[in-house]
Amino acid sequence: MLDGRGAVRRRAGVRLWLSALWLGLLVGAALLAPWIAPKDPLAQDLFLGRLPPFWMAGHEPGYHLGTDSLGRDVLSRILHGARIALVVAVVAGSVTCLLGAALGLMAGYLRGWVDVVISRFIDIWMAFPPVLFSILLIAVIGPGLGSIILAIVIIDWTRFARVVRAEAMAQGAMDYVASARVAGRGRIGIMLREILPNVMPTIVVLLTLEMGIAVIVEAILSFVNLSISTDDPTWGGMIAEGRTSVHQAWWVLVFPLVTLFLTVLSFSQLGEGLKDRFDPVLR
Amino acid sequence: MRLLQSVLVRLATTAVTLFGLAVIVFVVIRVVPGNPVAMMLPPGATEADVARLSALYGLDKSIFQQFLIWAGGVLQGDFGTSITARQPVLELVLGRLPATLELSIMALIIAIVIGGLAALTGTRLRGTRVEGGIDVANGVALSVPDFLWGLVLILLFGVLMPVFHISGRVTPSLELPFVTEFYLFESVVRLRFDLWSDIVAHMFMPALALAIPLSAIIGQLLKQSLKETMHLDYVTLSRTKGYGETHVILREALPNAALPTLTLVGVQFTFLIGGTVIIERLFSYEGLGNMAIDAVINRDLPLIQGIVILFAVIFTGVNLFVDMMYAALNPRLRHA
Repeated sequence: MLDGRGAVRRRAGVRLWLSALWLGLLVGAALLAPWIAPKDPLAQDLFLGRLPPFWMAGHEPGYHLGTDSLGRDVLSRILHGARIALVVAVVAGSVTCLLGAALGLMAGYLRGWVDVVISRFIDIWMAFPPVLFSILLIAVIGPGLGSIILAIVIIDWTRFARVVRAEAMAQGAMDYVASARVAGRGRIGIMLREILPNVMPTIVVLLTLEMGIAVIVEAILSFVNLSISTDDPTWGGMIAEGRTSVHQAWWVLVFPLVTLFLTVLSFSQLGEGLKDRFDPVLR
Repeated sequence: MRLLQSVLVRLATTAVTLFGLAVIVFVVIRVVPGNPVAMMLPPGATEADVARLSALYGLDKSIFQQFLIWAGGVLQGDFGTSITARQPVLELVLGRLPATLELSIMALIIAIVIGGLAALTGTRLRGTRVEGGIDVANGVALSVPDFLWGLVLILLFGVLMPVFHISGRVTPSLELPFVTEFYLFESVVRLRFDLWSDIVAHMFMPALALAIPLSAIIGQLLKQSLKETMHLDYVTLSRTKGYGETHVILREALPNAALPTLTLVGVQFTFLIGGTVIIERLFSYEGLGNMAIDAVINRDLPLIQGIVILFAVIFTGVNLFVDMMYAALNPRLRHA
């Protein structure tokens, strides 16, 4: 109570490090998946279907977290699934960020008809349930890793555009922008050199959050069976399989779910932690 | 007068938004590979059969002509005929809407109760470990989306402790005397509490999954505004009058702190409704969202259009309603 700020900072520090640790592990797993995965993630063996994890009776050595209904190793599929999840997170997150931030910056600083057009598009996008939108897009452009990334970019750019637009508008009204204009800097120069650096902390936080969202979108699309292909090991596909057999083999659902849960939580806590770091009041 | 004018402006921009959305969706779904008509004919159908059926659904005309025909119909309340169900789209969609509305409203109520209790408890016990615990729980609840909460609830209360149903809207073997699709509401009106409890046992898990992230948002924001309000002079005054802390929070601080939260709840409620799409799928709940996913998978173009437009009308309608509520409740805006 006396030193509330210190407590908040400590707590922020702890969650920042824990999230970074989990995401680091995940990157390691993704990079090393072909070498550390105990089994082939695609290998089916119908005689070894729905084996329980290692601490339960009836488990089979080598299949640490059990197998799904087709006898595929759950642990190996999770490790390989990390590759797809992280590629989607990083690529979709960054491209969405670039597009959304650029449009938001233009709308917020240039104003006028540019703002009218971009804002109208944001309104239209906001009137549409994002999950339905993504399913529709995948149905149109076909399944596959590239399609998922494209769908996320098309849907989520508004998350960046809305916030960056508001911030750019606030920054644009400030004195330092006016003096840069007096000093003879062009509009693009002001946007990139003066406003962008000041909006950057917000963009970084949003980017971290977006990576978590991208992982979830991939999982949701795999869940409705519209993602990559039914064979490829994705966490969402595993969850979909686990949901149908949850009463017979709960582990097929639990392990990918826990992995996905921790990953999404880590991205979001990383974002929140960075937000506190950037917040001058807390610093 | 001012209010009327701003409402009219809002209605006009809403109309533009809906029109833009209709155009985008109309064009996008017609680029879908896979002829919806070919999918509904038996394998032995000839080219001529496909062409005849395409003409029947107007799919042989240009996209622009199709849009004009469709838009003309919509203005007369005709949203076309579903290709898979072969029923009017409006009838199908309105048949499913009550299920989704009941689910969303139940989720909203749960979110307000949990979030409100969290904020009030956190404020009453501020500076203690309880407040810290509430903050951490809020943070986690907020970080994880409804889809994952739904899966967690399925595991906890569907498998580990099977106390709630995790699939469907009502036990299929039950005889339903209902004439409307508002099962939850009608079961209360008919005093059929046996049916009511069955419906609630089905709805509670999906509603809770939708409610958890929103409850965290409500909890955080309400607690923040309570904190600010508690420092105001009039609150200190009522404390010096000898009122207890609980009374001060509930009677003095809460009414003033609730307003900003209310606006936010409105915007977030549209996100919650959007979340029903995947949550209904997850819990096999027969609502609009589940129907939407099926429609996309079956390439049922008229049905997709109808559902999307209905969602958009609900979203913009909720936003409009919230703005008007805010104007009505906030005296500063009323006289501005």
